[in-house]
Amino acid sequence: MVELIVVIVTILLAAGVFFMLSGAIGLLRLPDFYTRLHATGKCDTLGEVLIIFGLLLYHIFVYSPGAELSVQLVPVKLLFLICFIFLANPTATHAIMKAAYNTGVKPWKKGDPRM
Amino acid sequence: MSDNSGKAFGIVVTFCAMFLFWLLLSGYIITPEGKLDVLHVGAGLICSLIVALISHDLLVTGKEGKILSKSFRFFIYLWWELWQIILANFDVTYRVLHPKMPIDPLIIEFETPLRSDFALVTLANSITLTPGTITINVDPAKGKFQVHAIAQAPADALTVDKTMQSKVAKVFMEEG
Repeated sequence: MVELIVVIVTILLAAGVFFMLSGAIGLLRLPDFYTRLHATGKCDTLGEVLIIFGLLLYHIFVYSPGAELSVQLVPVKLLFLICFIFLANPTATHAIMKAAYNTGVKPWKKGDPRM
Repeated sequence: MSDNSGKAFGIVVTFCAMFLFWLLLSGYIITPEGKLDVLHVGAGLICSLIVALISHDLLVTGKEGKILSKSFRFFIYLWWELWQIILANFDVTYRVLHPKMPIDPLIIEFETPLRSDFALVTLANSITLTPGTITINVDPAKGKFQVHAIAQAPADALTVDKTMQSKVAKVFMEEG
């Protein structure tokens, strides 16, 4: 049972790291401000959530059995963290996007040189 | 519901939510000897009461009706949204890692019949999290959205198919 959980947790962590990595590659490769936000805004959200979810499973099934109540409640905090990331990440992406658009950052069109 | 009982209802709901939050986050409910942890729980009671008295009008605005059925539908919508987020990540990953980077960014505008704050926020955040689109601007008075799309296909999903708009409209019962 514990071994199975550890395998699932490893897969979740690896997937999270993979999406974070592709977000970082996107930040470097994409041509302008707006398209870079596409990469960071989406990949970071799922990447972070997958990593936190993996830690949550590990805590419930491997780390905390037999521990005191305040330790066993840590997954609740992680769950709140997931909710807040899902709320805050797209909102922050939108706020940065709006600020850039209102201050007149030109969007890149196909065929333009990189900015 | 009269104004006063509505206010009392707001205070009670806020108090319960805050106190539950306190218990879950602190975790000091029972002392190691097995008794009730009076000091920590008591401090939580006092703090949640103060917060409930000061800011009850923030959590329970009284503007939204039929909260239960809306939350239920919102919960169902969340699973669809979660699937869309996973699709969005594979979409971005594909575009980023593809040697030629198949992107063709454009900015689109469209109007929705949605008006309530919560519906607009849900749609705006959903657009940002789903494949290839990010909300730039929302005009709450006209329900007008300005969206940056990374290619033509994700833009069409919003302007032609309108799957997401109709789903959000259904959740908040604001069709047409």
